[in-house]
Amino acid sequence: MTTAEPTDAGTGEGRLSETIETVDTQRVALYVVLAGLIGFYLSPLWAGLTTAFKTQTGFVETTPVTPPTPAWFTLEPWELAFAAMQGGLINSAMFVVPATILSATLGSLAAYGLTKLSWRGQVGILVIFLAGVFLPYQSVLVPLRQFWSAVDLAGLLSFAPFLANRADLLELTITHTAYGIPICTILFRSYYKTLDDEMIEAAKIDGANAFGIYKRIVLPLSLPMFAVTLIYQFTQVWNDLLFALVLVTSRSNYVVTQSLNELQGSMAQEYNIQMAGAFIAALPTIIIYVIFGRQFAKGITGAS
Amino acid sequence: MVFDMDRLLARVRRREKQLSRNDDSSDGDSVVTDGGTAKPERRGWLARLRHSDAIQAIPFWLPPALLMGWFVYGAVGWNLLISLTDWSGLGQPNYTNLTLEMYTQMPDDPSFWAAFRNTIVLLIAFTVVSLVIGLVLAILVDQNIRFENTFRTIYLLPMALSFVVTAIFWSWMYNPSTGTINVVLSAIGLDVLALNWIGDPRTRLAAIIFALTWQFSGYAMVVYLAGLRAIPDEHYEAAKVDGAGSLRMYWRVIVPQLSASTTSAAVVLMVFALKAFDFIFVMFGDNPGRSADILAVMMFRVAFSRTQWAYGAAIATVLFLMALAVVAPYLYMQYKRGDL
Repeated sequence: MTTAEPTDAGTGEGRLSETIETVDTQRVALYVVLAGLIGFYLSPLWAGLTTAFKTQTGFVETTPVTPPTPAWFTLEPWELAFAAMQGGLINSAMFVVPATILSATLGSLAAYGLTKLSWRGQVGILVIFLAGVFLPYQSVLVPLRQFWSAVDLAGLLSFAPFLANRADLLELTITHTAYGIPICTILFRSYYKTLDDEMIEAAKIDGANAFGIYKRIVLPLSLPMFAVTLIYQFTQVWNDLLFALVLVTSRSNYVVTQSLNELQGSMAQEYNIQMAGAFIAALPTIIIYVIFGRQFAKGITGAS
Repeated sequence: MVFDMDRLLARVRRREKQLSRNDDSSDGDSVVTDGGTAKPERRGWLARLRHSDAIQAIPFWLPPALLMGWFVYGAVGWNLLISLTDWSGLGQPNYTNLTLEMYTQMPDDPSFWAAFRNTIVLLIAFTVVSLVIGLVLAILVDQNIRFENTFRTIYLLPMALSFVVTAIFWSWMYNPSTGTINVVLSAIGLDVLALNWIGDPRTRLAAIIFALTWQFSGYAMVVYLAGLRAIPDEHYEAAKVDGAGSLRMYWRVIVPQLSASTTSAAVVLMVFALKAFDFIFVMFGDNPGRSADILAVMMFRVAFSRTQWAYGAAIATVLFLMALAVVAPYLYMQYKRGDL
């Protein structure tokens, strides 16, 4: 640790740096440590990125620390990985987006409903939702498989072959929506708790009913929170493998994490293709994270 | 959960004031009980009931609660039921003869004990190391540094990645001959430590914990950072006036005030540890060997690879109870403090 120098309080930002001469070396040391940590946190991504652009001989004969030289540079791993994962990417996009929107919407509605209850009732129902956040999914896997095979969604949808072929993805959508509701409700509720009552009271006096108030006042005010929950849920659902392993049976419905896992298994020694595949699968969440880092952080801390 | 006591109190006070002056829009509980008698001169009790907040709230929270309730509580109950049968293979479970047999055979199953032990080791080591690194990161980032946002974003980045992705990255990092870990160790003269980290059963679990810590310490940092920012600046000042050195100041004055952050981060990290299935599954398949098997992976292997459904369900129940043991005291504490 470098010395923490307390500073003028009021700014809230600064608690440091009463400018003393000795501070300079300490600041330098601080930045060196911080930069070293960046190296640590980015090293797996860096190793993956360099490897993904190298030929087979390239990544065997050089270390992952060094970028590819022109002699060993290739884009082929990306093309091969993309070809293998194309179907998975499309399937994931097809179910992740509806699952994300549905759980965020239902969470927002549930949280709004909760705010209208008395304190005691609110806490009681909230605990029911909260427990769902911490559930280890292993403890529902066997019944989940039983439930979906009993429902036989593909059979029910046999009148529409397109949907019937996609029944696995529909099951995933509903499943992820259901398990996403608890966290979305908690996030929205912690936000609605801080909203000012006055506007709602005013609308009530104007004779607006509960749905009217939700649509006209609460929903527009919820947009920042929708950003947080949508980003959180999208990342969670896109990244999940477990439910897909259990629910997706036909290969044509494999989601992106499944196709990446399969790619890894079938190309055990071709690390360049594996790394390219990993980046392709991670790209949507990385892009969202880079653009909406603040909302992402809010989502994961709100989840605690 | 981010909580704000003052705001909460203000809200409660406002609520009370409202109630006393305006009994028309009273709270749910009271409406239902005295709905038929109070103020009959304004509306009929039925209309009044229809306009009461509690009734109006039902269409909003009940459908999501039912959907979630079926998949969460219904499934947990069903899982418990299945664990009491002797179901295995292709058929359907027979619910007429329920016994505790699956649970009584656990103590005699050495692979269960191995997985149980590893789960506990993972849970504790991963949580403690992540918290310590997260705290150090948070304190470093809180030094009024430049580009704070960039640093924070990069430390938290692994959280946004799938376990599938990070497991593939780390398999490569740990590659015994060309992996970054061993390349770096050799470069700094630590050839002795250039082991086959994930190949050797003795280091496998440690290697997993290290990789998971890489992925989740950023989360602990974010929680601690929020906690640090909530400490009034005067406390830093006071410690300084007392002549405390910076390290001692943090240890004596600041860290004790972060206990709420520690608790909530620890609970979430422990639950993450119980869920660490995807990572191990991608790295090792459904059988990582005795040295790195955890209950979450064992459950999947027993149920979905060997189709011993009932035994898998029993292991899942154990996992559920472990999560409950972590979460229930935390929720109760939150409730007692009025933070829910």
